[in-house]
Amino acid sequence: MSIQEFLYMGGYGFYVWTSYGLTLIVLIANIVVPVIQRKQFLRQQVRKQKRQA
Amino acid sequence: MFLVPDAVVRFFHRMASPPHFYAFTEKLMPWLVVVFVLLVSSGLYGGLYLAPTDYQQGDSYRIIYIHVPAAWMSLFIYVVMAIAGAIGLIWRIKLAEVVLISSASVGASFTFIALVTGSLWGKPMWGTWWVWDARLTSELILLFLYLGVIGLYGAIDDKRVASKAVAILALVGVVNIPIIHYSVEWWNTLHQGPTVTKMDKPSIHVTMLVPLLLMALAFKAYYLIAMIQRARVELLQRERNSQWVKNKAVEVDGL
Repeated sequence: MSIQEFLYMGGYGFYVWTSYGLTLIVLIANIVVPVIQRKQFLRQQVRKQKRQA
Repeated sequence: MFLVPDAVVRFFHRMASPPHFYAFTEKLMPWLVVVFVLLVSSGLYGGLYLAPTDYQQGDSYRIIYIHVPAAWMSLFIYVVMAIAGAIGLIWRIKLAEVVLISSASVGASFTFIALVTGSLWGKPMWGTWWVWDARLTSELILLFLYLGVIGLYGAIDDKRVASKAVAILALVGVVNIPIIHYSVEWWNTLHQGPTVTKMDKPSIHVTMLVPLLLMALAFKAYYLIAMIQRARVELLQRERNSQWVKNKAVEVDGL
């Protein structure tokens, strides 16, 4: 099977790849957002502690 | 009565303590990621490459490898949420409250994925993006229940009070779960009946079934990863005034 054939998905490429792409985006967001939030929160706490010190 | 080994009881007692949970999940995370990557890569390889084209639906059926596992997860996570809610209400365990709210966003995401991929599958197969049939409508209500939990939790400032409110909402919403599951049997719908759970005689070939089960396990591992990441933020925020969080901040500053 060639790459073109694989991507073509027997004519259903648009539906199949949109499904997989969208899923990928949603799943990545669910990991990245909390990781960023945690780092932001800890940095914020550091600043707060320094102000109080 | 219940023969639970002492070590198991101690493990759960320790896990219910926020600093222990935080430290333990930090060590657990790389292993969960390895398990997830192995499952998802073998599942996708099997589903997109090895599995044969369906004789009725062509290659469009390959959406099944995310649509069905995502739909299963949307129900599974809701049940986890309701159980965590009950535990939180009865025993006032903070970690159960955190698991509830941390599951909500992941559950809402899987419900959204199930709905959208179903729509993208429905268009070429049924000729329509959406119909108001029992399966699709009850799944949409599930999405609203998840969003309701997230919204209600955000609207109440006192997080202990908020947790109680969302636990009750999650428990009431459980009635929707069997409705979704049996909707394709109770009502005449456009949505096809169950293919996999007819255990006596599954109407799906093994080369298609194995990748589907691998993807289902991969999504379970993913749920653990995403829920834990969310729970870690939630714990830090809730316990911001306790010593262990202050120590964590000092650690970060030292890096």
